[in-house]
Amino acid sequence: MSTSTAEPAKAPPHEDHGGARRSLARYALVKLGGALLGIGLVIVATFFLFRLIPGDPTVAYTRDVPVTPDQLALLRRQMGLDRPLGEQFLDFVLRTLRLDLGTSYEYRRPVAELIGERVGPTLLLVGVGLTVAVGLGMWQGTRAAWRHGGRFDRLSTGTALTLWSVPTFWLGLLLLMVLAAGAGPIPGLFPTRGMRDVDAPEGPLYLLHVAHHLVLPCLTLVAVVYAQYLLVMRSSLLDEIGQDYVTTARAKGLRDDDVRRRHAVPNALLPTVTLVFMQIGFVVGGAVSVEFVYSWPGLGLLFVEAIRGPDYAVMQGTFMLVCVAVIVMNTLADVVYHVLDPRVRSA
Amino acid sequence: MSTKEDDTRDERAGEGASPVTAGGAAKTSRAADGAVATPRAIARTRRRAAFARFRRAYGRDRAGLYGAAILLVAVLAALVAPLITDPSGLDVTRATGAKMAPPSVGFPLGTDESGRSVLLMLLWGARVSLLIGFMSALLSMVIGTVFGIASGHFRGWVSAVLMRVTDWFLVLPALVLALVLAAVLGGGTSTIILAIGVTSWASTARLIRAQTLAVEARPYIERSRALGAGHWHVMTRHVLPNVAPLVLANTTLTVAGAIVTESTLAFLGADSGQVSWGGMLRASYDWGAATSGAWWYVLPPGLCIILVVLAFTLCGRALETVLNPRLRGAS
Repeated sequence: MSTSTAEPAKAPPHEDHGGARRSLARYALVKLGGALLGIGLVIVATFFLFRLIPGDPTVAYTRDVPVTPDQLALLRRQMGLDRPLGEQFLDFVLRTLRLDLGTSYEYRRPVAELIGERVGPTLLLVGVGLTVAVGLGMWQGTRAAWRHGGRFDRLSTGTALTLWSVPTFWLGLLLLMVLAAGAGPIPGLFPTRGMRDVDAPEGPLYLLHVAHHLVLPCLTLVAVVYAQYLLVMRSSLLDEIGQDYVTTARAKGLRDDDVRRRHAVPNALLPTVTLVFMQIGFVVGGAVSVEFVYSWPGLGLLFVEAIRGPDYAVMQGTFMLVCVAVIVMNTLADVVYHVLDPRVRSA
Repeated sequence: MSTKEDDTRDERAGEGASPVTAGGAAKTSRAADGAVATPRAIARTRRRAAFARFRRAYGRDRAGLYGAAILLVAVLAALVAPLITDPSGLDVTRATGAKMAPPSVGFPLGTDESGRSVLLMLLWGARVSLLIGFMSALLSMVIGTVFGIASGHFRGWVSAVLMRVTDWFLVLPALVLALVLAAVLGGGTSTIILAIGVTSWASTARLIRAQTLAVEARPYIERSRALGAGHWHVMTRHVLPNVAPLVLANTTLTVAGAIVTESTLAFLGADSGQVSWGGMLRASYDWGAATSGAWWYVLPPGLCIILVVLAFTLCGRALETVLNPRLRGAS
């Protein structure tokens, strides 16, 4: 990793281009195959996991309704539970591939429809949170590494690590207590729950309204996840600082800022970029807690509400969606890394 | 290959003593010196010396000592809770205090929504949090060690399949998977332990696999194979003792993660049915303690979680520095 960085700008010989592209295509295909296998495994695991429910899905489905044994048998036949397991499994796979995720017990509506409504807020929260966290982590990581051992380094690394070890939901509760409800002299600055109030304004003011609601959830998510970007940026930049080409850049009289911006940082950026995709599972876990604390109407809240139900169809649908999304992101990370890093490509 | 003498011989081989003469030397020395130098006595003195060495090295790590001290207090509190307090105070129907009362002389940390003492619940919550933390970390380590050693020892398709499964668990969002498991299996302490243990072993397996590969490249493994050692023998007698220190240090760090996961699960509604720190925070959230300024109900459970997690992390880091030969050289 650190030994072969000396010639960052060296392009492969010209006639090699076709070969490199072919090898990239082969690499992407292998990764795609792995991803498909992983997704298949998710579907299989989901099917058998939700067979572990004590009793039978019909029992959960008719919890509060008095039913006769005949009705139960009818329902069982309708849900296909009287057929052999293999047939049920095939049916489950086919329906999942058609995005038919069953019907919610709680809402009496198709799960796919519910998920469609909730995807937007989650993408907004995770998207904004991730952007801010990556930006903050890279900026602080760069500064900390450039003057490593200094006061800024110790302070920023310490703060990030402390925030990282705090349970996400508790940090959310604290911010809720201090910044939303107001504590002592501090007035409540932000709304306590949801993405919009009933009296939400129309037009461009609506965006401001949502942004106001977004501040606290986003702050909590950023506080918990930005430490890893800071640490990776810091350590990979530290690796680069010791390299010969940085010394050369300095020796030829470049300003300190230019050495950092044009030479060291671009090379240190790669591991951080991949980490953004790699750690998406961790961020998703954080988002579930954050959405619950602030009642943010996203997938995480839908999922937690389904647990309280319990609404197994919704749980199953959200679980599969989240897992597939995470696997896709990871595969993307592998391929993007391969495209961006000439060292990996030639290896 | 399972007699006592074989055991001792292999321990010595693992420690680097001359493997060819060890067995014979043990037999002759026992015949000559009687009870003093039996293989078992030698092993015991060596073990004692190693333990003393370990204690000295650990004692030099101040942060590790602080961590151990906090842990000792927490474990003691959890153990004596039934002796010094009355569990009937946890019963909502027999609660004595006012509802959501701020701290007072009778209730040093105030009361919850049904008039129970927050301090009493904290003490009893420590039992659940520590128990689940320890047990699920143990389960996670067992799975991780078995997968790690097996995928490092075997070649070909076995290793490939094990690695794919490990990667799969590594990629999936552990919290979401644990929530689903806990919800599907129904509440209860053992379910929560299972849910956390099954979802948190992948990174351990990766670590153990790397160490296994390093150990198996050493010449004495080759020598052992040449003498007819099978898979089981190599894995349990040579690889396992060599990865054990790593496992111990990693377990301590895993407990920290498991306690955070346990409290998060309890907060999100998958609790063990007993009073726990995460469960208290859930109740405080449901009863609007955070928005009505009842800080005594929100702060203490969270601080307890952070303190215990910090203690385990400090101990784990200290153990790592002491036990990991690679880090030992650096310090």
